[in-house]
Amino acid sequence: MSNDDQLEIEVNGVTLPARKGQMLIEATDAAGIYIPRFCYHEKLSIAANCRMCLVEVEKAPKPLPACATPVMDGMKVFTASARAISAQKATMEFLLINHPLDCPICDQGGECELQDLAMGYGRGVSRYSERKRVVRDKNLGPLISTDMTRCIHCTRCVRFGQEIAGIQELGTTGRGEHTQIGTYVEKSVDHEMSGNIIDLCPVGALNNKPYRFSARAWEMTQHASVAAHDCVGSNMFAHVYNGIAKRIVPQPNEAINETWLSDRDRFSFEGIYAADRLQSPRIRIDGEWRDCGWDEALSAVAEGLKGIAADHGPEQISGLISPSATSEEHFLFARLLRGLGSVNIDHRIRRVDFHGQEADPVAPGLGMTLADLEAQQALLVVGSDLRQEVPIAAHRVRKAAVAGADVFFVNPGNYEYLFPVAGYLDTTSSSIIDELAGLVRAAFARTETRPDANLAEVLAAAEVRPEHEAAVAKLIAAERATVLLGLIAGRHPGYSRIRMLAAALAAATGAQVGSLTEGANSGGAAMAGTLPHRICGGAAAETTGLNAAEIIAAPTRGMVLMGIEPELDCANAEGLLERLADTLFCVVVTPFATPAMETYASVLLPVGTFAETAGSYLNAAGEQQEFSGFATPVGAARPGWKILRVLGNLCAVDGFDYVSAAEVTQALAAVCEDSEPSIENTGQLAPAVAGFDEGGLRVPIYAVDAVVRRARSLQLTKWGESVPDISKPADAA
Amino acid sequence: MGSEGSGGPVVFSVSGHVNRPGNFEVGLGIPFRDLLELAGGVRDGRKLKAVIPGGSSVRVLPAELILEANMDHKSLQEAGSSLGSAAVIVMDETTDMVRVLERISRFYYSESCGQCTPCREGTGWMNRVIGRILAGRGKPADMDMLVDVANKIEGHTICALGDASAWPVQSFVHHYRHEFEHYIEHGCSIVSQQSAAA
Ligand code: SF4
Ligand code: SF4
Ligand code: FES
Repeated sequence: MSNDDQLEIEVNGVTLPARKGQMLIEATDAAGIYIPRFCYHEKLSIAANCRMCLVEVEKAPKPLPACATPVMDGMKVFTASARAISAQKATMEFLLINHPLDCPICDQGGECELQDLAMGYGRGVSRYSERKRVVRDKNLGPLISTDMTRCIHCTRCVRFGQEIAGIQELGTTGRGEHTQIGTYVEKSVDHEMSGNIIDLCPVGALNNKPYRFSARAWEMTQHASVAAHDCVGSNMFAHVYNGIAKRIVPQPNEAINETWLSDRDRFSFEGIYAADRLQSPRIRIDGEWRDCGWDEALSAVAEGLKGIAADHGPEQISGLISPSATSEEHFLFARLLRGLGSVNIDHRIRRVDFHGQEADPVAPGLGMTLADLEAQQALLVVGSDLRQEVPIAAHRVRKAAVAGADVFFVNPGNYEYLFPVAGYLDTTSSSIIDELAGLVRAAFARTETRPDANLAEVLAAAEVRPEHEAAVAKLIAAERATVLLGLIAGRHPGYSRIRMLAAALAAATGAQVGSLTEGANSGGAAMAGTLPHRICGGAAAETTGLNAAEIIAAPTRGMVLMGIEPELDCANAEGLLERLADTLFCVVVTPFATPAMETYASVLLPVGTFAETAGSYLNAAGEQQEFSGFATPVGAARPGWKILRVLGNLCAVDGFDYVSAAEVTQALAAVCEDSEPSIENTGQLAPAVAGFDEGGLRVPIYAVDAVVRRARSLQLTKWGESVPDISKPADAA
Repeated sequence: MGSEGSGGPVVFSVSGHVNRPGNFEVGLGIPFRDLLELAGGVRDGRKLKAVIPGGSSVRVLPAELILEANMDHKSLQEAGSSLGSAAVIVMDETTDMVRVLERISRFYYSESCGQCTPCREGTGWMNRVIGRILAGRGKPADMDMLVDVANKIEGHTICALGDASAWPVQSFVHHYRHEFEHYIEHGCSIVSQQSAAA
C-alpha cells in the first residue's frame, strides 16, 4: 500500500486515518466508532438498502449511508449529530412499523440486532396503527427455520448465496412492501455452508431449526472450541445450557474459517445426544453383556491386554484410533500400546496404500496456510470432492477461482463446483494415475526434464492430451501454483504412485504439493505417534508394526479400538466384523454402543466426544489449536485421555502420571520439539491397479464419523440420504 | 427561444380539467395562463383550483400561485414547485384534494421497488393513512404524522422515488390542510358540501 492511499477524515471532531477506497463505515469500525447497520456486512458486497447507517457529512445536502460513502480526504462526518440521529431514528421507525413487536415469542429475542438497535433508536410506542404485513413462512429444509414476517429485507442472506456460496438459493420476489425473501419454487437450502445465513440474518427471520425455542441466549454459557470433522479445525463457540450443548456458532478467525462455519461443524453436535450413546462401561462375561463400574471395566481391560501379551506375545496386540481423536489421546494411545510392547498402531484407517510411508511428511497437511491457498493463481486438485471433504477449504479455493485463479480437477466424475473451473480431467474411463502421468509427461516435455527410473515406468504408457498441456501451461505460468491432493487420492490403492507423480509434476512446474487429510487431526496423530513406523515426534520406530490395512485384513488376537465404528470408518471393511469377532480380546473405547460392537467386543468403555473432553488438534495448515470440553459428559463417559491414563497405570506402563490434558499437551510438545523427521523418498510404489472404481472412495459429507452419522438434522438434508442409516430416530423418516 | 436559464422548446402534456388536453410544443417560460389557453381553458368554464406543473411527483400549486407563474425552472421554483417532466395536471374547483392525494400516494406505494427501507415501508404507510382519512376514519393527529412520515422518507432513500412520494404529501397538506381536516372532522369532503351548497 503506497502512502498516497492514506488519508485523513474527521469523525465527530476526531481525526481518523483511512485508506482510499474504504467506505466510511470501515474507517469508523476500525476506530471503534459505532454506526448502526443492518445490511452492511464486512464479508458481503454493499447493498446500502437498509438506510440505518445514515450519517451527516459536511456539505452534503442529505444524510449519507456510511456503508456506501467512500472516504475522502478531509471530509467531516457526524455520526451522532441531530441530523444523523433523526435519520437513523426515522429508519428504525420504518423498519418497525411492519415488524411484529413481540420479541418475547421470537427465537432471536435477546440476541437480535433489530431489538438491540430499537432500544437505542426506537420509540417507546408505535405511531403505526394500520394493518401490519404478514408473510408466509418458507420451508427451507431441516436446518433453517423461517419467520418471514420478521424479515427486514436487508438481503444479507441473498448476497451470501450469490457471493459466498456461489449459488443463489434465496432471492427476492415481489416489489415494494410485498417484497419477499424465499426460494421462489419451494425447495430446501442445500449448500454445505447454508447455516451461515442464520448468523447473517440480523433478525429472527432465519433461525436455527434444531435449536428453535429450546433456550434463550442469556441462559446459556458460551465456550470456545474447535470443530472436529475436517482438517481445517474451524473455530466455534458452543452455547451450553445446564451442561447440554444447544447450538454451535462460528468463532471468527480470519486465518481459518473467517466468519463461517460449515453445516457439518454447526449441526454435528446433535450426534452427541444420539439414542445409542454408551451410558456406562459394559463388559461381556461368558457371552453375556452387562453394565459395570469403571474400576471393573478398566481392570478387565488391563488384565485382558496383559494376558494377550503374556500368552501370545505383544505383537498380537493392535490399536486403531480415529484420526479425529485429540493429539493427547493419540499420544497416550501410542504410549500405551508401545508400553505393552505392541508396534501395531495406526490412525490411517481409510488409507490402503502404505508403500513408501517412510516418505510421508511428519505432519501431513497443506504445507501452507489457508490464506496462501486462497492466494494461489493455479491449482490442480487431485482426487477430491472438495466441497464435501473440507467445505472451508473449498470456500478458499472458490475465492481463489473467483479472483481469477485457474482451478483444475482430476476426479472420478465432475463434482459440482460453484465457481469457474478451468478444466476437469475426468478419470471415469481412465484413472487418477493415468491423468497425472499425462500431466507429468506434458510438463516434462515443456521443461525438458528427464524422468528418473521409477517414473519412467509409470510414464511410459501415459497419453498426453491437449487438456493436460493446458493445465500444465497454467501451473508453469502461475507464480503461485499448487497441486492439492484430496481425500480420494489419499484413499487410493495407488496413492504412492499418485504422490510420486504429484511431486514430479510440482517439481517440473514450480508448484507446491499439499494434502487434505482425514478427520480433524491426522497431523496431530502423526506427530503423536499413532503410526506403526514412527514414534512420537516423527522419528522412525525401531520396528515397523502392522499398518491399518494389515490390521483390518487380519486383526491380531488382542485389539484396542478408539473412537471408531470399524465397519464404517475403515477401508476394506468387508468381513471385518466377523474377523473382529474371532479375536480373543477386543476393547472398544467409544461414545456409542452399536449392536455390531456387541458381537465382537469384550469391553466397551464410554468415552467423551470432542464436546466433552479437553485436548488439541493440529490442522492441515499446521496450526495447533487447544480446546476444552464444553458439554457435561453423557452418562458415565470420561475424556479419552483420562481413560488412557488409568489404563497406562493399570498396565504398569511408564509415563502416565498426568493430571490434566494440558500436561499431556506439554509432554507431547516436548517430545516433538527435539525430533528429527525422516522425509526421504523411498521410491517404493504400489503395484499398478486397473479397472478400479475411484468414485467409490468418496465418503459422503455426513458419513465421515460416528458423531456426524448420528446428527439427525444433517441426516435429514439432501446429503444425508446417501448415508448408511444409523439410529435415526423413528420420526426422522 | 425560451427564457433566461431555461432555453429552448419543451413539450407540455396538459391533462386534467381542460377543454383540450394534449401535447403542446412551445418555448420554455410560457406564462401558465397562455398554456392554459392553448389547452382550451378550464373545462365547462369552471374555476381553476390547483395545478401540478411537472408530473405527479412535484409539489402542487394552488391557482393563485400558478396563474402568476411562467413555465420555466426558475419561475416554478420560486412558486414552490418545479418543472419536472412538464406533465401539467390541471384541477378545477370541484376537485377533492384528499382523493387526489390518495390516488397519487397509491401510485408511489405500488411503484416502490422495495429495496430500501424508508420508501418500502413509508409509501404504504402514507397511502393507508390517507385512505383512512378518505374513508372518514382519520384522526386529528394524522395530519402532522403524515407530514412527518413524508419528511422522513425525503432525502433518505436510494433513488428519487422516495422523494417523489414525499413531495405531493407535503405540498397537498401544506396548501389544502383544511380539506383533510374537514374529512377528519365530518367524515366527508369539503368540496361536495360546497357544491351542494352552491
Ligand atoms: S431473511 Fe434475514 S437476512 Fe434475509 S433479507 Fe430478511 S432480514 Fe435480511
Ligand atoms: S426509493 Fe427507490 S430504491 Fe428505494 S425502495 Fe423506493 S424505488 Fe426502491
Ligand atoms: S448498513 Fe448502510 S444502508 Fe444498510
